[in-house]
Amino acid sequence: MNVRMSSDRPLVKMQSIVKSFSGFKANDSISFELFSGEVHALLGENGAGKTTLMNILSGLYIPDGGNLSVNDIEQDFSSPRDAIHAGIGMVHQHFMLVPSQTVWENMILGLSEVPQFLPKKKIQSRIREISEHYGLSVDPHARIWQLSIGEQQRVAILKMLFRDAGVLILDEPTAVLTPQETVKLFLTVRQMKSEGKGIIFISHKLDEVMDLSDRVTVLRKGKNVGTVKTGEVTKEKLAEMMVGTKVSFSVSKQKLSPGRPLLSAEKMKVINDRGLCAVNDISLEIKENEILGIAGIAGNGQTELCEALVGLRNLKSGSIRLGNKILTKASPKTFISAGIRYIPADRKGTGLIPNMDVNENSILKRYWQVPVSRGITINWKIVFEFAKTIVEKFHVDTPSMLTPVRNLSGGNLQKLMLGRELSDTPAVIVAVHPTWGLDVAATNFVRKVLLKERERGAGILLVSEDLDELLSLSDRLAVIHKGQFMGILNEPSGVSAESIGMMMAGTKLDPENEVCA
Amino acid sequence: MLDILVPILSAAVRSGTPILYATLGEILTEKSGVMNLGLEGLMLMGAFTGFSVTFSTGSPWLGILAAFIVGALLTTVHAFLCITMGANQVVSGLALTMIGTGASSLLGRSYIGETIDGLEKFTVPILGRIPFLGDILFSHDAMVYISYILVFLLWWFFSMTREGLNLRAIGDSPRTADSVGLNVKRVRYIYTLIGGGIVAVGGAYMSVAYTKMWGDLMTAGRGWIAVALVIFAIWHPLRAAFGAYLFGGVEASQLRLQAAGTTIPTPLLLMLPYVLTIIVLVIISVRKGKGLLFGAPASLGQPFYREERE
Ligand SMILES: Nc1ncnc2c1ncn2[C@@H]1O[C@H](COP(=O)(O)OP(=O)(O)OP(=O)(O)O)[C@@H](O)[C@H]1O
Ligand SMILES: [Mg+2]
Repeated sequence: MNVRMSSDRPLVKMQSIVKSFSGFKANDSISFELFSGEVHALLGENGAGKTTLMNILSGLYIPDGGNLSVNDIEQDFSSPRDAIHAGIGMVHQHFMLVPSQTVWENMILGLSEVPQFLPKKKIQSRIREISEHYGLSVDPHARIWQLSIGEQQRVAILKMLFRDAGVLILDEPTAVLTPQETVKLFLTVRQMKSEGKGIIFISHKLDEVMDLSDRVTVLRKGKNVGTVKTGEVTKEKLAEMMVGTKVSFSVSKQKLSPGRPLLSAEKMKVINDRGLCAVNDISLEIKENEILGIAGIAGNGQTELCEALVGLRNLKSGSIRLGNKILTKASPKTFISAGIRYIPADRKGTGLIPNMDVNENSILKRYWQVPVSRGITINWKIVFEFAKTIVEKFHVDTPSMLTPVRNLSGGNLQKLMLGRELSDTPAVIVAVHPTWGLDVAATNFVRKVLLKERERGAGILLVSEDLDELLSLSDRLAVIHKGQFMGILNEPSGVSAESIGMMMAGTKLDPENEVCA
Repeated sequence: MLDILVPILSAAVRSGTPILYATLGEILTEKSGVMNLGLEGLMLMGAFTGFSVTFSTGSPWLGILAAFIVGALLTTVHAFLCITMGANQVVSGLALTMIGTGASSLLGRSYIGETIDGLEKFTVPILGRIPFLGDILFSHDAMVYISYILVFLLWWFFSMTREGLNLRAIGDSPRTADSVGLNVKRVRYIYTLIGGGIVAVGGAYMSVAYTKMWGDLMTAGRGWIAVALVIFAIWHPLRAAFGAYLFGGVEASQLRLQAAGTTIPTPLLLMLPYVLTIIVLVIISVRKGKGLLFGAPASLGQPFYREERE
């Protein structure tokens, strides 16, 4: 392989690192080495301890035990500052950006070589240069809160490139990038590698890992289960190492004919937060036993469409109905009681309450119902049992039931939310990016759960960025562009990815194939 | 008309100055993400210290310096509780107010009835000769002029300097600031203490320059007005000056109206500044202030622990 190890001395050496959170061992004696000129992938299921290990390397967490050396110098980081001095730079899974500040302000934050009296013009043109050089375009004047998640990811990456670090840690940098951006990022990473830097790359996408990395270290439940050369393994083997048993990548979909219509929406118009028309005259119908997929480039009205369908956003015009029940202008609670469930993309904002514990979060959609509550009191015994069934049934990995959910790993947040939404027999499920940031096994699990709900009789609306996922799960596929459906495909698996791509870019489907929903 | 207005406006600047110092001090503290509700207590301790030191040394400047030091020292308690121990900042601030009020009352007993020469007035050369403006703005004492400089200095510091950028980041997103290597706790300590010192200087202005005597509870709620003014000003130093002089103006004209024997009840006039604040608060919360250079620091009042997830 092309592993160019400039010396046999590792750039980073971590030995027997231990880190516990209130008794729960997130890192259980992990050893890890990174050489210069190497891309080293870190793999593991959700909650395996990848981010924790990297947070230790970047000085955010202080390990309970173990040794760490960088460039052969024994290090005892007590803060991120120490790690930065040792040449370590990290792009965090949950971006570290100041929302109220501009892109350029974020880029220079904390840099001591910037003059005290800020030369704004010079900084901005330097940022433009760098962003052009790496093919990650951003507007230096934009404020972070105005940017989409994808743009924020670009800023986070550029911010690290702006600081000249010898060790780069990329914690799931591609989760929200478009395929083109990912390609550019990989070019940058390869360039860094040829400059002799060491890169640690975390991703759940095995294809990316196979493509980019020289070696792979797999973590499982806080332990290192092995480091292998990428050239000597297969995707299947890596997945097996991660999970401990063989994993099948395919999900089998039963042939079913859709039943009666459940949720129907007519001529919906919806306004977004900036006051613009995000959903423009969309009508759709979700039937029993079917998954209606929505494909589209992020930011074309998907979020607003879903929020309107679950009662979280007012319609400007149009109507929504579940069977004979008119839901137009109804409260979110009425939508919930009618059996409509929502799996939002934004897990910590709309989906769960970060400061509340697992028990409390599990009853957010039924706290007013018997037997969880009677009158004004909540029956905690029932809540505890209920939460426990969710945690067991959906394999939520949590330190305890009383842990505030902000401490759960991304994948486990998703499983908890899914468990809550699917704990009874919902009529309609609206799911946005349900497998975002999930590991292979969890992704499979979620897909199976959705298919099982479909078999049971639920109608599902599935929004995803992952075209393969949409094609393998959907019975029908609608393509959205600028708040309008470019068409609804009745046999999505028979359509080429190119023609779906054209529709995503704004070409309408020719009328013969079109079926009005 | 002008010969009524000019004295009132001039008086507005003078009576607005202690509030201005307190407001600026609190803005500096809150920009780092720490809320200090102990302003009233700090101002009283500042007023007492300023007076007693000036009384015994004869130097108002030593008095003001001593007030700054006492203010900063007293704030150390608050800083330790909030920044190091992660205590509730509202409770700790209220405690500071009570301590300052009580201690200044107790210590100040023997000074009641005494007077000092205090800070002298002097008219600024050239600027003081500008018609009207010279009389309104430039015929006071040095501490008034220093407060003008402080207003612009803070504005420049927040918006133009690297250190100011770092400070704002720490108040808005301590986690981010920490991850790029800034020392969140140290910066919070520094600006909480400096802010507390400036607040106490506002109190000292009351006794050393404004009344030139010590009176029990002499700040009479100005600390609380400053707390409200910080919000009124949306954490912007220039608006803080506007707000402080507005309050000063209301106070000055209310005194004059009383002297002129108006029929408007005094309590009603005294309410005016607070009514104004409420109106401004309503306007601010209707308009979404998110993402402004000047605005409430997002982490205001929340302690920072590095290893806790958000
Ligand atoms: N600050 C914290 N406080 C408490 N528990 C924590 C904290 N950070 C991590 N954990 C726990 O440690 C475990 C490992 O989390 P970590 O974030 O390292 O997982 P991960 O491998 O990065 O997962 P993912 O792929 O979902 O990002 C999780 O069970 C998580 O709940
Ligand atoms: Mg992680």
